[in-house]
Amino acid sequence: MLLAFDTATPHVTVALHDGDRVVAEYASSEAMRHGEMLAPGIADVLAQAGATSRDVSAVAVGVGPGPFTGLRVGLVTARTMAFALGIPVYGVCTLDILAAEAMDAGHDEFSIATDARRKEVYLASYASRQRIGGPDVVKPAEAATDALVIGRGALLYPEAFPNSAGPEHPDAAVLCDVVVRERFALLDPEPLYLRRPDAIERAS
Amino acid sequence: MSAHEPLVLGIETSCDETGIGIVRGHTLLADAVASSVEEHARFGGVVPEVASRAHLEAMVPTIERACETAGIALTDVDAISVTSGPGLAGALLVGVAAAKSLAIALEKPLYGINHLAAHVAVDQLEHGPLPDPCLALLVSGGHSSILRVDDVTDTVTPLGATIDDAAGEAFDKVARLLGLPFPGGPHIDRVAREGDSVSIDFPRGLTSKRDLERHRFDFSFSGLKTAVARWVEAKAASGEPVPVADVAAAFQEAVVDVLVRKALDAAATEGIEDILIGGGVAANSRLRYVAEERATKLGIRVRVPRPGLCTDNGAMVAALGAEMVARGRRPSPLDLPADSSMPVELVLNV
Ligand SMILES: [Zn+2]
Repeated sequence: MLLAFDTATPHVTVALHDGDRVVAEYASSEAMRHGEMLAPGIADVLAQAGATSRDVSAVAVGVGPGPFTGLRVGLVTARTMAFALGIPVYGVCTLDILAAEAMDAGHDEFSIATDARRKEVYLASYASRQRIGGPDVVKPAEAATDALVIGRGALLYPEAFPNSAGPEHPDAAVLCDVVVRERFALLDPEPLYLRRPDAIERAS
Repeated sequence: MSAHEPLVLGIETSCDETGIGIVRGHTLLADAVASSVEEHARFGGVVPEVASRAHLEAMVPTIERACETAGIALTDVDAISVTSGPGLAGALLVGVAAAKSLAIALEKPLYGINHLAAHVAVDQLEHGPLPDPCLALLVSGGHSSILRVDDVTDTVTPLGATIDDAAGEAFDKVARLLGLPFPGGPHIDRVAREGDSVSIDFPRGLTSKRDLERHRFDFSFSGLKTAVARWVEAKAASGEPVPVADVAAAFQEAVVDVLVRKALDAAATEGIEDILIGGGVAANSRLRYVAEERATKLGIRVRVPRPGLCTDNGAMVAALGAEMVARGRRPSPLDLPADSSMPVELVLNV
């Protein structure tokens, strides 16, 4: 079974895929509580499916970009679990998960924007089922466009992104599909921080 | 060491060291530490985001190294324990998430424990079961506390703590004033050996009669740090060379004097005959010497773990976890938080 989760937005999403289909899903009820909600979410999808950790044969994780603290909860959980179970771990760019869902809804050319806080967004652009730009961290005004922009980052800044749409957050069920069908590049489980630690910025 | 004693893996990430310890009962099998201290050195202090990033990168390799050293397979482990707090929030979170992941993968109980109690429990690995009650003096860059420990798995009572800087922080700041590298503790200790500790009379914080009424077992190192800074500035302004060794020795003596004086006073007041010293500053040779010397005169025994077990490490977390298992304590739930200000009375987070 493939266990998939993403913690690179304020929400936690978890899904379990048995090779044919998604058999269990979990979505956190509270925002910004990745540390508390991810592990119960994993236990919950295993219980729903009547499975144990030994039934898990691979782990998939969203590697961001996203707020660092939540992002690390997902990555350290994925890496540690894969090591403990001796199974592979696949990383997927969090914006690609949202893009896959947008394609399934019939969109072809669009951008994905998530909330990067500090009045910025994480942005990537897509066409013909591929990522053609990004991910970058940008100010909405500098990336303003009338073209379709999907995700929480688009909905937050309507002046910059008047043509916006959901879904707002990535869905681990879609992450399963991205990995199983290799719809986007599968990455190492390395975080896409896109920003350096503040102290280093100040020092340099 | 017997096979029925619990085999416990402990994870420590409250500051800048990624520590993985493995113990069986009171026997230490492995204590692997990855430190990001060099990355912090150029800032003169720990940068939380840098520490958190380093914990993520170090976690799996350090677990792997600890298992190799202990000669065990991860699947042999009976329980996982982890520092739930106090500490840097983002750093704690990496360890707590890793511990939960192991608990789920291995289907083993999880114990989210208090970092300060772990500093006490670690001494069991070296000197056997703790006397109860015992008095703990914990001193490091993050803490300066006097605790009464009746049961390290359950009943820990704070008697005093710093009201401003931690003792280790004062060492770092004074080291910087004297042009010594970070972290300052070991360098002050080394340089002070060549100095005259009575050549300068630096203040002893919270020891005046009035202060003792309200802060009998509390510490303050902020005034001392300022006094050292003023003294060094005045010396430099007068065009004379700063006697680095003398300043280091006199500063160190002021810190050690207050720490030992208050710890012994607390032990006498509580009627406790055993003192345990832990935390990174417990590695200070002068503190060890003065504590031993003054305690012996009062008939009080002093226990200090070896320096490697005094600084933050995974062994201390594993040691307390093993004690939790041995005493049949209830494990923590999977929604265990990383609690940056976890109170010292809360030994196990359930
Ligand atoms: Zn400590």
